[in-house]
Amino acid sequence: MTEYKKPIPTPDGDSKTFWDGCSEGKLLIQKCNDCKNHIFYPREVCPHCMSDQLNWVEASGKGKVYSYTIARRAAHPSLIEDVPYIVALIELDEGVRLMSNIINCDVEEVRCDMDVKVIFQKQEGMVLPKFELV
Amino acid sequence: MSIKRAAAIVGVGDVELENGKVIGNKSVFQIQAMAAKRALDDAGIKKEEVDGLFTAGLWGLPGVGQFPSAVIGEYLGIQPRYSDSTQIGGSSFEAHVGHAAAAIQSGLCEVALILYGSTQASDSVRLPVKPTTLTGQYETPFGLPNPVGAYAMAAHRHMHQYGTKQEHLAEIAVATRKWAQLNPEATKREPLSIDDVLNSKMISDPLHLLDCCLVTDGAGAIVLVSAERAKDCRKKPIWILGQGESHSHWSIHAMPDLATVTSAQKSGKAAFEMAGVTHDDIDVVEIYDSFTITVLLTLEALGFCKPGEGGDFVANQRTAPGGVFPLNTNGGGLSYAHPGMYGIFLLIEAVRQLRGECAERQVEGAKIALVNGIGGSLSTSSTCILGRD
Repeated sequence: MTEYKKPIPTPDGDSKTFWDGCSEGKLLIQKCNDCKNHIFYPREVCPHCMSDQLNWVEASGKGKVYSYTIARRAAHPSLIEDVPYIVALIELDEGVRLMSNIINCDVEEVRCDMDVKVIFQKQEGMVLPKFELV
Repeated sequence: MSIKRAAAIVGVGDVELENGKVIGNKSVFQIQAMAAKRALDDAGIKKEEVDGLFTAGLWGLPGVGQFPSAVIGEYLGIQPRYSDSTQIGGSSFEAHVGHAAAAIQSGLCEVALILYGSTQASDSVRLPVKPTTLTGQYETPFGLPNPVGAYAMAAHRHMHQYGTKQEHLAEIAVATRKWAQLNPEATKREPLSIDDVLNSKMISDPLHLLDCCLVTDGAGAIVLVSAERAKDCRKKPIWILGQGESHSHWSIHAMPDLATVTSAQKSGKAAFEMAGVTHDDIDVVEIYDSFTITVLLTLEALGFCKPGEGGDFVANQRTAPGGVFPLNTNGGGLSYAHPGMYGIFLLIEAVRQLRGECAERQVEGAKIALVNGIGGSLSTSSTCILGRD
């Protein structure tokens, strides 16, 4: 039987600091020194004002469920045993949105705008930011 | 500057399907050649006259499909002086219409061929899992079913903000099936009820199997020519009255507002302004139904109803045959066919409606049509407003 590995991110020049942060239990995002907006995903220039004065800051890890779906079919053969699972867009208190999973709950429990907090989880040797209901 | 009436569609062509598959195991090149030949014959134009080539594809990837216009040009023996492989997903072909009209108006070409084909059903190939590189690294590791998951999240957000119900979405699937029942070429023609949709398997909450488009083969072609060349064609011209396009994101997490398709708002506004017509002037509407929620969101974005009112707008089968708002009259991606990128088929159906060629499903007296393509994860949109003399 073929053994499938779960998909993991491919860090690059934009993202290495972010993924390294996750492995240290920190949710690092960028903040623009000029327009003061927080940014996700990480970039070379600010998508709001094109400034290249971007700093890394540690996000609080708190946010809300902006929206979600319950995957009843696996998106990848490695995820078949996880079905049904929640994929959600999390809006962090800092104002940026990221995709993640909501774990450690009944999938039927989740609703838009529920409060969540980050929890770091290993996946195939990397650490990914996932979220729990609070 | 406007491209209003700079160009006209004078030829359309497509291929027959059997249970959603091309007949005789034809290749993705063969079916595009068939569609192209039929569109040129429809117009009464010789292949030698084609000097603009517009195509986007999902075939041959990785491989020759990375260069679709050059490869299709080679296969058909077309050496264009204007070439465009704009690839913005399902709305690519509505964008090609605008780009071709602008090129024709500028004198950069005179006879444009727009082409698409897919054998995804015959090949048993679904849309691939997005690689985990570049922006894919922020999505793919979390297992979002592609593409349904992104649309499901938009549906949940719309329901949360506006109280839209699964029943509203099911109305769209049912109305579209009624149109398909009038179209002998449609893949799915058996009767369908609201309960059938709601009781079909849940794929990615809140979207059921019957909220999702079909997975079929298909090929389509369009011939677009200058106003001057249109005078001497086999079929009467269907004019490009207005066109617009935009995109707001590609990854769903970067969509500014999941309950509002801003790219469709922008492309629709641009097309209406260019055409100089209002919503009340539109006789028939063809919009991208990759999923039922796509239709509801697009109707709102195009201004046929207010934000949040899409559910009421489609209720009570208002978009079905005999309803006040003829929508997706060939049976749409939900029931006619959906070969990966559907946008060219919206244009083909609109042209046939405006020519009065649609037999049982003909919208009587249709003079102006609106076509809107949506691509990616509600990411890209292009709107065309078409009209006959």
